[in-house]
Amino acid sequence: MALKGSQTPKQQEYQRRVQQNKPKPSVIRNVIVAFIVGGAICVVGQVALNFFSSLGLSSKEAAAPTAVVMVTLGAVLTGLGWYDELGKFAGAGSAVPITGFANSIVSPALEFKREGFILGVGARMFVVAGPVLVYGTLTAVLLGFVYWLVHGGVIQL
Amino acid sequence: MDYIMAFLVGGLICVAGQLLLDLTSLTSAHVLVLFVCLGALLSSLGLYEPLVQIGGAGATIPLTGFGHAMVQGIFEEVNAKGAIGILSGAFKNTTPGIVAAIILGIIMALIFNPKG
Repeated sequence: MALKGSQTPKQQEYQRRVQQNKPKPSVIRNVIVAFIVGGAICVVGQVALNFFSSLGLSSKEAAAPTAVVMVTLGAVLTGLGWYDELGKFAGAGSAVPITGFANSIVSPALEFKREGFILGVGARMFVVAGPVLVYGTLTAVLLGFVYWLVHGGVIQL
Repeated sequence: MDYIMAFLVGGLICVAGQLLLDLTSLTSAHVLVLFVCLGALLSSLGLYEPLVQIGGAGATIPLTGFGHAMVQGIFEEVNAKGAIGILSGAFKNTTPGIVAAIILGIIMALIFNPKG
């Protein structure tokens, strides 16, 4: 579409027809499924969080073991091939929770196993998680720098 | 009650992601990157912690909670150690989840074969 200027009228007509006939995603259906699946995954997370809190951990301390439980669930379900099926059905409902983060690591690790453990599993593991960590780190560090400027006494407000 | 709030808050965050997928040309990888950065930004403005108080795991389990954990780790480290905290804090609270994902990725690749 960005190339519209360089297309012949025939190509533009073709693009127009593609746009017209492309199946429109049923947004309402997708949103409802994402809400239910995403909400349900977070309820499972709450069960884990409450369990670790009941062991005497503060809600802050309980967050890390809860994340580990959820990552483990996401990883094992991905290994069994179930999480990718859920992903086709639930979209963001399964992608946005941390189980989806685990899926984004384990799924390519499995898929590229045939390319070997170094250039397949090892290299492809972070194909989606890599950008998430790179830009998450960049954003957090920039915000941390501002926080240090303000609270480290360099800038007096 | 906390289960209902976790469901509602977590569900609504996923709805926001689904709307971005359906109504824009962003892929799920773009949405995940955006959510981590958005969580970090809201956290630094003090707006994410109230959501955690309301939604519990509903706010910490979505990837926005991951950005929140990174920023809070940095802030804690800056408070404790000064400038070096900017660099030492991002993975303070997030390491267990990331390391678990790496180790399990290798284990799953050893045990299972891809479908098809």
